[in-house]
Amino acid sequence: MRIEGNTNTVVQANVDLFAPIGRDPSGKERIERKSMSTWQHIRYRLFSNKLAMTGLVIIILITLLAIFVPIISPHDHFTNDLENTNQPPSWNHWFGTDDLGRDMFVRTWKGAQVSLFVGVAAALIDLVIGVVYGGIMGYYGGKVDEVMNRIAEILYAIPYLLVVIMLLVVMEPSLTTIIVAMSITGWINMAWIVRGQIMQLKNQEYALASRSLGASSMRILFRHLIPNAMGPIIVTLTLSVPSAIFTEAFLSFLGLGVQSPVASWGTMLDDGINALTVYPWREFFPALFLSLTMFAFNVFGDGLRDAFDPVMRKS
Amino acid sequence: MGKTILEVRDLRVSFEVYGGEVEAVRGVSFHVCEGEAVAIVGESGSGKSVTAQAIMRLIAMPPGKFKSGSVIFEGRDLLTISEKEMQKVRGNKIGMIFQDPMTSLNPTMTIGMQIMESLIKHQRLRKSAAKARAIELLAMVGIPDPETRMKQYPHQMSGGMRQRVMIAIALACNPALLIADEPTTALDVTIQAQVMQFMKELQQNTNTSIILITHDLGVVVDLCDRVIVMYAGQIVETGTKWEIFKNPQHPYTKGLLKSLPRLDQPKNEPLIPIYGTPPDMIQPPQGCGFCSRCESAMRICERQDPEWTAISETQSVRCWLQSAGEKAAAVVGGKEADA
Amino acid sequence: MVRFILQKFVFMIVSLFVLVTATFVLMNAVPGSPLQREKATTPQIQKNLEAYYGLDKPLIQQYGIYLKNLLKFDLGISMKKRFYSVNKIIADSFKYSLRLGVVSVITSVIAGCVLGIIAALHHRKFLDNLAMVLAVIGLAVPSMVMAPLLQYLFAVKFRLFNVAGLERPLDYVLPTIALSSASIAFIARLIRTTMTEVLHADFIRTAKAKGLPGHLIVWRHALRNSMLPVVTYLGYLVAGVITGSVVIEAIFAIPGMGKFFVQSVVDRDYPLIMGITVFYAVLLMVCRFLADIAYALVDPRMRNFTKKVA
Repeated sequence: MRIEGNTNTVVQANVDLFAPIGRDPSGKERIERKSMSTWQHIRYRLFSNKLAMTGLVIIILITLLAIFVPIISPHDHFTNDLENTNQPPSWNHWFGTDDLGRDMFVRTWKGAQVSLFVGVAAALIDLVIGVVYGGIMGYYGGKVDEVMNRIAEILYAIPYLLVVIMLLVVMEPSLTTIIVAMSITGWINMAWIVRGQIMQLKNQEYALASRSLGASSMRILFRHLIPNAMGPIIVTLTLSVPSAIFTEAFLSFLGLGVQSPVASWGTMLDDGINALTVYPWREFFPALFLSLTMFAFNVFGDGLRDAFDPVMRKS
Repeated sequence: MGKTILEVRDLRVSFEVYGGEVEAVRGVSFHVCEGEAVAIVGESGSGKSVTAQAIMRLIAMPPGKFKSGSVIFEGRDLLTISEKEMQKVRGNKIGMIFQDPMTSLNPTMTIGMQIMESLIKHQRLRKSAAKARAIELLAMVGIPDPETRMKQYPHQMSGGMRQRVMIAIALACNPALLIADEPTTALDVTIQAQVMQFMKELQQNTNTSIILITHDLGVVVDLCDRVIVMYAGQIVETGTKWEIFKNPQHPYTKGLLKSLPRLDQPKNEPLIPIYGTPPDMIQPPQGCGFCSRCESAMRICERQDPEWTAISETQSVRCWLQSAGEKAAAVVGGKEADA
Repeated sequence: MVRFILQKFVFMIVSLFVLVTATFVLMNAVPGSPLQREKATTPQIQKNLEAYYGLDKPLIQQYGIYLKNLLKFDLGISMKKRFYSVNKIIADSFKYSLRLGVVSVITSVIAGCVLGIIAALHHRKFLDNLAMVLAVIGLAVPSMVMAPLLQYLFAVKFRLFNVAGLERPLDYVLPTIALSSASIAFIARLIRTTMTEVLHADFIRTAKAKGLPGHLIVWRHALRNSMLPVVTYLGYLVAGVITGSVVIEAIFAIPGMGKFFVQSVVDRDYPLIMGITVFYAVLLMVCRFLADIAYALVDPRMRNFTKKVA
């Protein structure tokens, strides 16, 4: 029901409504939705993954404790105290003592140092060898790729732990030996991931574009391809840390790894297993923290993979 | 034209995604008659594929959701019948062909088995009978040496062959309606022509109704009787093939036609693209969906959804330029004179 | 197909050759190895070793003798256990390892597949989350932690099982769980990922459009395609179970090959270490080779294989 006096304004409004807006004929492309950069997406997805964040927090906590406990604690990890052997956890010895009266709390975090060091060092060596080898395979392709790939496949077919065990049997057991032994075949996975990524990326437009602009092969490889292959590389790197930690513990457990008095979770587990029924804490703490560390790296690595996965971003 | 076999009324489909709800189909209504071929045309994201999959209830729920509407087929609303009932419709009464024949066939199952499956399910044929019928179907879609092909796997066939196999699967139980969702998009141009030719023959021979979903107006001409143009989840114009080609009313339809190369076009006449991108369907625009890309947009277009205007008995359009009638024309004219 | 198998076979032989040669080089290069005369335990064993490996002959001839012995499946003689050949030790102990290994592999595949399928069919729902939490725990808790824990809880505390040995069928329970938890977890995750992917594949939509009921779609169309990666994993699964059994057999005092392996490592009984290593390696590589063939058989796309797809 319109009131007579208002007709004018209504007509006026209608006239305005039907006035053309007048568009720029060139029709600029407008962005309809605010977009997030790829890295923002990844960060968002990672940070909103509670399990992965739990893993990250555990990794940080264990790292901090591994660094600071041995410095701050009044005990050290190697002095025997034969009057206080096999003590249960107490105020003085938070995690109890072992059969030589050594403080389990300090030894546990010393063990964490060993595990983290082995994990990170092995992962970094794999990264360097893998990226260079895989990069060359993927970039040059053809005969170079074929020969290098065959070599990698042959090495890969040799059972990894057996090689490591064999090497350690004949070499002086030490942290360095373990890391070197693990690196002999550890890099192959990384090399294949890098190779696959680069093969996929190198035929894409931006690599072609910079090649047609006269960029050198190496420059293309390192400026364009490696950064774009970053996601899978980071994920593989993170997930190779727990496997290195496991291998070290496994070898030390067999008596092939780190030797006493240096503390390693593997040797502590081996020591503790004989006293399992009587002094269970000697097995419990290294077991707990070894599992916790592996759990943390696994879930964090999974979280990273989900965050990088473009398939998941689509859905 | 025969009687109506499929009627879609006010169909609304949305998808729950991170960041909101995508309103993919916003109130679509149309019908298909017996023996008729209807094309649904639109660019990617216009909701045409979702409409097709909604008819077959192939949309994953969640995240998909029917907000409203009905799909009446043979007197029943397909959106409300049970899943079991629906399984009796799929592949039996309605067949469907998908866009990418490379991925739409099971790589670890023989071609023969993939065709026989639906025969065994719907027509309760025994294995031997199903096999005979499958060979017949392969021969019908023009695959040479069908007995050998039956035992082969998809990777042993070319794209065009696989699409024919897809057609054979869709037609296995003589469906009343065939929905082809961009059946030629993934194929080479020469193969495209073959597949379209085959569908045309099929339609003439068997009186099957066809819904052809495509973004390519070019493939529409040969096959279809009627064209439905979709944009941003809505139908913006509908009419017979000739009405749409000769006398398009909606600026979007006009744009589509102008961006299509024609043989009779002077060499130096440029193709005119439609600038801009379709609207974000998480926050569909209040007014006309095409408004932000429309050269003749008016203020009302930004505020209010346009109404349907009948241009002829068969053609109608959803645009303020038409419904505004004389007044709008006068205003537009006046403004131009002023300038 | 034939080309594919041939290629894999050649790879296997070359890998074996590399490993065997590396073993020989290590045995000769490292101080304290049994093949150096000055470092033998007793004159008796020293004489045996010299005769066996032809230590008085030049190195290249020694290598020849070594290869010839290997070709005859003669793995040498133990340094510490007098009169025992490595072959005999392996023959006596391998049956235990084999039984435990077979049980573990079967358990891993079945449990892993079931967990993975349940997870994929209930994607992002309670059962999925539960299965995946179990899987992460299975991956994170290493066998040398899992084994003593199970032993302590179920054998010592609750006395449900024997602490050690592998005599009764019940004795298999704890070692099998400890040995297969990681592979169960791995397979479950693998199946979940591929099956989730497969369930979203276009050909599943085609199957739905044919009007097939849900269970048929899962069993006939999704499962076979989801199982493919597991077949490739089988070779590595065997590797994991075999190396894992080294620790498990030591903990549960099972007189299998793993236990002797650990013992030989502790004793620095080089011929035994090398012998068992070579035996393990052959076993593993043959298993992987068989897994590759199995894959080619399961996946029709591999049957007219010409070039390796990256």
